[in-house]
Amino acid sequence: MQSDEPSRRGADPWLGHYAERAAGMVASEVRALFAVASRPEIVSLAGGMPNVSALPMDAVAGLMADLVTERGPVALQYGSAQGDPSLRETICTVMAEEGIDAHPDDVVVTVGSQQALDLVARVFLDPGDTVVTEGPTYVTALGTFAAYQARAVHVDMDERGVLPEALAETFARLERAGRPAKLFYTVPTFQNPAGVTLAAERRLRVLEVCRRAKVLVLEDNPYGLLHLEGEPMRALRADAPADVVYLGSFSKTLAPGLRVGWALAPSAVRDKLVLAAESAMLSHSAFAQLAVDRYLRTQPWQEQLKAFREMYRERRDAMLDSLEQHMPAGVSWTRPGGGFFVWVTLPEGLDSKAMLPRAVQSRVAYVPGTGFYADGAGRRAMRLSYCYPPPERIRDGVRTLADVIGTELELWETFGATAHPHSGGPQTPGPDHS
Amino acid sequence: MSDLNVTVIAGGLSPEREVSLRSGSRVADALRRAGVEVELRDVGKDLLPALAQDSPGVVFPVLHGIAGEDGTIKEVLELAGVPYVGARPHACRTAFDKTTAKAILDQSGLKTPESVTLPKQAFHDLGAAALTARVVERLGAELFVKPRACGSAFGVSRVESAGDLPQALMACFAYHDEALIERRVTGTEIAVGVADLGDGPRALPVVEIDAGTGLYDYTARYTPGAVEFHCPARLPAEVAKEAARVAVAAHQALGLLDLSRTDAIVTEAGEVFVLETNVAPGMTETSTYPMALEEAGLDFGVFCRDLAALAAHRHGLSV
Repeated sequence: MQSDEPSRRGADPWLGHYAERAAGMVASEVRALFAVASRPEIVSLAGGMPNVSALPMDAVAGLMADLVTERGPVALQYGSAQGDPSLRETICTVMAEEGIDAHPDDVVVTVGSQQALDLVARVFLDPGDTVVTEGPTYVTALGTFAAYQARAVHVDMDERGVLPEALAETFARLERAGRPAKLFYTVPTFQNPAGVTLAAERRLRVLEVCRRAKVLVLEDNPYGLLHLEGEPMRALRADAPADVVYLGSFSKTLAPGLRVGWALAPSAVRDKLVLAAESAMLSHSAFAQLAVDRYLRTQPWQEQLKAFREMYRERRDAMLDSLEQHMPAGVSWTRPGGGFFVWVTLPEGLDSKAMLPRAVQSRVAYVPGTGFYADGAGRRAMRLSYCYPPPERIRDGVRTLADVIGTELELWETFGATAHPHSGGPQTPGPDHS
Repeated sequence: MSDLNVTVIAGGLSPEREVSLRSGSRVADALRRAGVEVELRDVGKDLLPALAQDSPGVVFPVLHGIAGEDGTIKEVLELAGVPYVGARPHACRTAFDKTTAKAILDQSGLKTPESVTLPKQAFHDLGAAALTARVVERLGAELFVKPRACGSAFGVSRVESAGDLPQALMACFAYHDEALIERRVTGTEIAVGVADLGDGPRALPVVEIDAGTGLYDYTARYTPGAVEFHCPARLPAEVAKEAARVAVAAHQALGLLDLSRTDAIVTEAGEVFVLETNVAPGMTETSTYPMALEEAGLDFGVFCRDLAALAAHRHGLSV
């Protein structure tokens, strides 16, 4: 409440005006530590930033210059809310790599797939609604659901992804409690943050569970084409066009700075998404869309993806080898077949969020696990990413992190018997760590 | 434009980097508005070459936390032979080390909460349960646990019962290897800025911090509206005067220069207990020092410019 006292200072005069959904938007210690992590002196295993410097910059510069010269009046003009028709066609050829047979009319181009997520939340979620997600899940999806005042309920995963039986049980439990799930949000392939992939034999079962429970599947798939072994996984959308809204992105396969993503949705849902997009942004950047389209039509993008995969494979292997070599007993981790992330679980008693200051002071950073849960779980876990630092920096970082964990274990041995678990809830990492 | 040029140093690698960047950017803007040519720099490998080559004028360090307030940057500036705003290295080191500072303040007759300082190794060697039990026996169970040297309330925990103490110590040891465990003094939390523009240190109007039932922690400090500030503080005139006296006495006892901010608790009986004295007070939108300057009728930019001019004079430069 505002006060009329004359001495009152420095307060926010609009404090009483904010919406309830803004209550969680506060400064946090974890964000402050990440401000340090962005310095080059720190080995950041926190950020999910793709290594865009591996792109053929001359070619990209050339095609952008050509774009302005040849199509300036279109590229610099408003576009349609649904997105450029030519790009939507190209997006369909990209999705075909993962077994999706789609029509360009069902694609809505968005500002990164993050906006697609926001639009889906906007058209489906009322305050108090329930979204079921994997546990852990993508931190910024949790932020989006929270912004629409929806509740996220987690379902456990193992090394082959979400457990279909647990998913069915969760849907049934929510139904009985009178709070049926509206959406199942999933990153089935090279999951952020856990690095696990929903096994092929579970995919149809998961779709069946959702269909029976009448829960719409929201498949977020930014990493699908960054498979480091074998062939790309078949997307969930490929087998259930009517039951899945698919979110795609060029942020990891081309460049996040262009902010081009998309949603592929059943036609009725698509109509709503287009109207929602119109009210959210009128139209997406025509320049960015035409640039992506031109890149995909003129450059050997599949060859470029192959080069990305080789680079990320080397980095993943550096991380997995160093974890094996340096981590103290009792630490375990996932072994991703693609994407950017490894999920590390610490020995009983350790708290990754409480340990972060020590890590940052030792010049290594990670994202504490609690940020990836809506319910405060994940205290013992952390997400490591191997996408950005070169292999030798990854090795240095993991070695330092192992020392930090070793020190924390000694501290736990000292206080363990008397210390009770932290009661601190989740805190959201910064956007550069998504 | 005046003849004075100033290099503001902000950022660094302490957990308070973000706060420092915000403070530094505000100081730089204010100086520019006061007609001073300003360069804003981070701490990194390019700093010393820049100070050697660019005739940096006066350096205004707005670095918080370790390497910012512990005297390191001041030692570096002494080595570089450039004039700077604020206390000398030794005084910074003393003030930043809460345990040493408390001892000096005690000797000067200023009150600080009763405390013990213990390294993590002591808990390991002597057994955490036995040692924490003795701490509680001596100081009670209502405590504050703080890193011996750190700022912005990083690693600070409020302990309500003996059972909270081990976890609070673990949180503290993530920031520093030694913990300052203080008996909790209840009362009104205040911050008193001290400014010395060459005519001796004087206290700025007292700022009262009302964090409600919560802790004045990192979130409360840097989320606008999370706490209420009152300036001048809602204290009886004689208590405010005593708080001002204590802040100036702390500034002098610690041998500080130019500016400082003393954080304290005023008990119901009107006693002032010093918590700590900062050599590089925060200068963000939600920081108390700029609020106090405003209440005192001082323009922030002119004040920073005058401090820089004073530093230049100390160094024998004429501006």
